[in-house]
Amino acid sequence: MTDRTDYTPAAATPPSRRAARDTILGLTKQDFSLLLVVIALAMLAPFLLNPFPSNSAMAQFNAGYPDLMQRFVIFGIFAIGFNILFGLTGYLSFGHAAFLGVGSYSCVWMFKLLGYNVLPGILLSIVVSGLFALLIGYVSLRRSGIYFSILTLAFAQMSFALAYSVLSNPAFNLTNGETGLQVYTSDPQWLQGDGPRAPHLFGLAMRETETLSIGAWNFQFNAGYYLCAVIMVVCFYLSVRLFRSPFGMMLRAVKSNQQRLNYTGVNARPYTLAAFVISGMYAGLAGGLLSAMDPLAGAERMQWTASGEVVLMTILGGAGTLIGPVLGAGFIKYFENIFSKINESTLHAWFSFLPDGLEDALVAIVYPFVGKGWHLTLGLLFMLVVIFLPGGLVQGGNKMATIFRRDRKGGGVEDDAATQRQAGE
Amino acid sequence: MEAFLLQILNGLDKGSAYALIALGLTLIFGTLGVVNFAHGALFMLGAFVAVTLSRLLQLSHKASEPSGTDFLGNPRYDDVLYVEDIFGPELGQALLDWAVPVSILVAIPVMLLIGFVMERGLIKHFYKRPHADQILVTFGLAIVLQEVIKYFYGANPIPTPAPDAFRGSFDFGVLLGFDPNTIIYPYWRLVYFVFAAIIIAAVFAFLQFTTFGMVVRAGMADRETVGLLGIDIDRRFTIMFGIAAAVAGLAGVMYTPINPPNYHMGMDFLVLSFVVVVVGGMGSLPGAVLAGFLLGILESFASTTWATTAVPGINQIIIYLVAIVVLLTRPRGLMGRRGVMEE
Repeated sequence: MTDRTDYTPAAATPPSRRAARDTILGLTKQDFSLLLVVIALAMLAPFLLNPFPSNSAMAQFNAGYPDLMQRFVIFGIFAIGFNILFGLTGYLSFGHAAFLGVGSYSCVWMFKLLGYNVLPGILLSIVVSGLFALLIGYVSLRRSGIYFSILTLAFAQMSFALAYSVLSNPAFNLTNGETGLQVYTSDPQWLQGDGPRAPHLFGLAMRETETLSIGAWNFQFNAGYYLCAVIMVVCFYLSVRLFRSPFGMMLRAVKSNQQRLNYTGVNARPYTLAAFVISGMYAGLAGGLLSAMDPLAGAERMQWTASGEVVLMTILGGAGTLIGPVLGAGFIKYFENIFSKINESTLHAWFSFLPDGLEDALVAIVYPFVGKGWHLTLGLLFMLVVIFLPGGLVQGGNKMATIFRRDRKGGGVEDDAATQRQAGE
Repeated sequence: MEAFLLQILNGLDKGSAYALIALGLTLIFGTLGVVNFAHGALFMLGAFVAVTLSRLLQLSHKASEPSGTDFLGNPRYDDVLYVEDIFGPELGQALLDWAVPVSILVAIPVMLLIGFVMERGLIKHFYKRPHADQILVTFGLAIVLQEVIKYFYGANPIPTPAPDAFRGSFDFGVLLGFDPNTIIYPYWRLVYFVFAAIIIAAVFAFLQFTTFGMVVRAGMADRETVGLLGIDIDRRFTIMFGIAAAVAGLAGVMYTPINPPNYHMGMDFLVLSFVVVVVGGMGSLPGAVLAGFLLGILESFASTTWATTAVPGINQIIIYLVAIVVLLTRPRGLMGRRGVMEE
């Protein structure tokens, strides 16, 4: 695991070289521990997300069931990819959902043509969305700033309109329009053979779930979730390597001052295009996984509200940080699920310990923000984060940590804050 | 020829809405340098001012005197509108019938106020932040406004009819010497176009012929110098933000009879209006108006059966296609000037 065989004494090498050598899997110690944290979170998610016994009233806050956990990691991948573009280069794409949609469609097409093995579907979704991103990126990246945002938005809306209506005409039905693309028994499925009639990886059905019951707790281990989680960890690792590479440094230079970069004789466009394509491939992979978990792809995945959602996740978690997008994706998907479930009677049950008048008043105040009103909460939260915490949850966490340390130790705060920030990045 | 004219007319009403929203967006870009993603929400709020007013006018109470008996012999009480109590039956009915045009009078102060509050309360703090932050915070605000409207008015479109006098259609063909019934155009769309033209003319006249407008134009050209001359340019820009909000709001008020308002109409128009602004040229007011009408008409031509059979689905994507072509061939848009919102 470690490459300490060629380790040279510290005194012999200059500090910078030493830092470069002293790595695990190509990561510095800090990054590696971050990776370990992500691996632990991803692998132990069925336990961590199920802290309440299933017969208790708090069970509704559990999130440890397969469908939701899959969403956490899939949207985590989407957000990690978006962050490579937005966090590093500062180019705000408002059309990333187009790649998610293209990935979804490609994966379902593989199911229709080859059979239910997810591997070809996922691979094709990466390739197709990469090509698609190359095309859109080549055109959009000729402009920057607000123009880039609007161009990507226009492309995504165009793809959405095409997928929704044009590409579903009977002669050339690529997307199946409003119904959504799905697998029918009349589809060829050349390589299907007698494998499972649902998405599977070489025979291991994606929806296969082992349930472990300990007392009142039920922990569910789902094959599909673990496939997505492993892919997410790999994606995360790749993004860490990318962040720390000279290429990542170049992208940061684009963000901090593109003009200056141009004056030094560097053509920034190949770098931004590469970042755009990589991030489009991440989005396509996420789309492919969505289809692999549930073999149905609809055009609404490409709508610009979906593009807005990934922007929200990235900003909320902390754009430009490594762990931020994953946190943001989990946070939004978790609260989307929990908040949408709460209805008026649940609220009444919560506040039932209060006097009647007060109970009704509290329910009336809280009710608009939960259930169907979840988007209102989301919009408010988003505004608050942009206004007060432009660095997202990660920055918030760092601030808290700083305050904590100041209380305990007094001095040395600035140093700690600086290292924290580096760790987060 | 008739078909050609008809398509131009059909494009005018949507084009008017695009032009009005794009005009407001451009005013905000030009003065404050802020990218306002909540502008579509302002359009939507305007439409819901009209909805609210027409609902208020329909409030009624039971009459104190029975007007007769129903078939069981019980006394029957009619519903009496409050407006009829206050203004008398005739004026009351007229007010109810003309609810949409009357809403203009209400919408102007309301939208100005919303504009001021938005600028002072939120946008002001984002002048120095990057454009991405401005986009994001106004996007968040748009979501919030739209969800608030959804909470109070529900998710379904709310039909709000035009006054009786403007229902029905106008036979344009006869006027121009064509056969009857070849070019038929609803009266209200005509009203909308004329109304939009008046608003646009008023905004331009205001900027061109008043001292206030002159100062604002000077501020758009060079904010710092105007500030150094001892003029409180920020205050004037705030007022311009209010005016831009009012323009979007009025566009929404008058659009209600054409398209029943729902909570996401703002978002639907916003994306297209941005495209319009970009095609017209960022920061150019005539460009925004021109591009608004051009794209509206182009869209209506693309929706003809002739166009859709030639290229299926062209009506869905034509505006985006044009925007992409324009941005790539004329990066500053049709009438964009050098140095305005370049990067």
